[in-house]
Amino acid sequence: MLKTFPLGGVHPSECKLSRQSAIRYMPVPEVVTIPLAQHIGAPALPIVKKGDRVVVGQLIGRSETFVSSLIHSSVSGVVTTVDMFEGPQGRRQMGVTIKVEGDEWSPEIDRSPEVVRECTLSPSEILKKITEAGIVGMGGATFPTHVKLSIPPGKTAEYLIINGVECEPYLTADHRVMLERGEEVLIGVELLARCLGVRRTYIGVENNKPDAIEHLRKLASKFDNIRVVPLKVQYPQGGEKQLIAAITGREVPSGALPVDVGCVVQNVGTALAVYEAVQKNKPLIDRVVTVTGQGMVSPANFMVRIGTSMREVVEFAGGMPADGAKVVCGGPMMGRAVSNLEAPITKGASGLLIFDRKDALRKPEGSCIKCGKCVEVCPMGLEPYLLNVLSRKHRWEECEAAAAADCIECGSCSYICPANIALLDYIRWGKSEVMKAIRARNKR
Amino acid sequence: MDKLIISPSPHVHGGLSTNRLMGDVLVALLPAFAVSVWVFGVSALLVTAVAVASCVLFEAAIQKWALKRTDTLLPAVLTGVLLAFNLPSNIPLWLVAVGSFVAIAIAKMSFGGLGRNVFNPALVGRVFLLVAYPVQMTSFPEVVDSTTGATPLAMAKGALRSGQSVSDIMPNLDYLQMSLGQMSGSLGEVAAIALLLGGVYMLIRRTITWHIPVAVLGSMAVMTGVMHASHPETYMDPMFHLLSGGAILGAVYMATDYVTSPMTAWGKIIFGVGIGVVTVVIRVWGAYPEGMSFAILLMNACVPLIDKAFRPRRFGKNHHRK
Repeated sequence: MLKTFPLGGVHPSECKLSRQSAIRYMPVPEVVTIPLAQHIGAPALPIVKKGDRVVVGQLIGRSETFVSSLIHSSVSGVVTTVDMFEGPQGRRQMGVTIKVEGDEWSPEIDRSPEVVRECTLSPSEILKKITEAGIVGMGGATFPTHVKLSIPPGKTAEYLIINGVECEPYLTADHRVMLERGEEVLIGVELLARCLGVRRTYIGVENNKPDAIEHLRKLASKFDNIRVVPLKVQYPQGGEKQLIAAITGREVPSGALPVDVGCVVQNVGTALAVYEAVQKNKPLIDRVVTVTGQGMVSPANFMVRIGTSMREVVEFAGGMPADGAKVVCGGPMMGRAVSNLEAPITKGASGLLIFDRKDALRKPEGSCIKCGKCVEVCPMGLEPYLLNVLSRKHRWEECEAAAAADCIECGSCSYICPANIALLDYIRWGKSEVMKAIRARNKR
Repeated sequence: MDKLIISPSPHVHGGLSTNRLMGDVLVALLPAFAVSVWVFGVSALLVTAVAVASCVLFEAAIQKWALKRTDTLLPAVLTGVLLAFNLPSNIPLWLVAVGSFVAIAIAKMSFGGLGRNVFNPALVGRVFLLVAYPVQMTSFPEVVDSTTGATPLAMAKGALRSGQSVSDIMPNLDYLQMSLGQMSGSLGEVAAIALLLGGVYMLIRRTITWHIPVAVLGSMAVMTGVMHASHPETYMDPMFHLLSGGAILGAVYMATDYVTSPMTAWGKIIFGVGIGVVTVVIRVWGAYPEGMSFAILLMNACVPLIDKAFRPRRFGKNHHRK
């Protein structure tokens, strides 16, 4: 029996169209716009100005706040503007625009292809390097990695769990990284484990990637205490709380953090970034992006420099299909629809998914027949039908009592609803009102 | 390029629809319908056709002129079939239309239409007819030569009341014949095996879960089993109760109606046990020979409370402590 999480779940068609496509390096674009807020926490402040020359890997943004992340240039060239630009959902935000000249890398970065396993750094030195490389959670949540690795006093991390689940349909970025960069990922994992001082490390991979499981298992035999765990193909297997429960049987209580049950979860892409930062001195300046969709001529995986416009990435992948009508940044279950294709690829952008008009539109809402399917599939054990009604009636206190704040926004309820009710739209609203109320209470 | 379409996640849907769920139930009812036509002949077809047509007509008319909202009509088709399955095949057809009116107009649309009714519409229609037109509702055509048109439940109840013992009644009953549809009864209650077949289909299609049917039939079997074991001459055995009086029709198709049943697994089990117990109480000690319809309607009324009392298990409640 394959391990899985204890409650709910759905199984959307996997549609991993680009699984066979090896990661290709996308050419360096002519212009990049690097946002100063690509992470959860305080935005970085620019430390370059118009006219400055920068090289690949040079620091261009920083913040004194702990929960924040450093921003580096992904190209070499001249800074043309440090100003507001329109983000992928139309919201204006700060970014550094650089006109590319050549491809000159910062001299500290080791660009040789050889894999370096030897590491004599202490845990605090590893953490320092990770902080300086501006690494964030690359599964999409973009939580600063150094914050996650700084275990609060009085708590201990027993297990490091590496998320290679990639339970979102269509996305194959992590799958390709595990296949092609497996050894580097495992060295990154080893570094993370050393940094945390954990007893054991698990790598969770959904069982629809048997090649990756076999490959990592073979490699893991050369490492101590790394165990590859095949998991049932069930969404949202890669949700942090679900993954911890599937592998360790421990459930993170409502409002608590993974470390409260002795676990730290990191994505495989993050592990690769950690390897590059610690062993190669390379800050986080590029990432693997899956460009896919039923209408795409050749769905594929690309290594893209942070700051490259989404339009250029789509074009490099063969261009928008004639009837392409919707672009989703991330997976189809949790990704965000893009209104502005000129916006840049950021550290958390795991994929660009293109839908044609027919697939882009929702079906009209019908009447709730109380079938209970939403309750059945909710991985958090909530009552989506109830939260939906409470939210629509603005009954926020009751939303809080019904644990709206526990919703992980996985979308299983909306996905299964036979009446096409936009359950998650309204639950999200209720959740944000509840969180607002909780924050206001805590301030007082 | 045109403007891009945007919407919040999720961006894909599983393809499940209310029509598919209702269609599954209708397909599951086909074997029992076939048995019904085989046993009762063309009158079974007629009763079902009139029930379905009038249910759909009332539903569509009230949607259009009163609710000013359009919902799918397939649930009304299902209500029509289920109502027909609860009627004798020789009922006057105008009464079928009256029952359909009560089911749709009063029990469903006056609450606001699809998904908003408290009671199972088909059962409200049936119970109304049973109370208002008891003669037409309890005279069944003769199916087996030896019986006189009374259902097994009515026959057994009458016999026990008149002082006969269970062993006096048993020679008149053939469980194999009963499970194949060779007994008196309403259209859909007679074919236990065909009804169970449809139930298995719905379980495989995940249209329903096992909780309600197992809870209803299980609690009936346990309760009548204990009674029969302690007083074998006073109380009929569990097999008799499960095969007669629409127990399977009620447990598998009527009690599992989404709108009028609880949401969670434990809620469904409590709901089902309630139906089973009330059914047996009415059958054994009540005035009516059968109690399934009343039991389901009674438990329908408890559903909002059951939903409040039996919440799903929340994630993180029984977490591992270090």
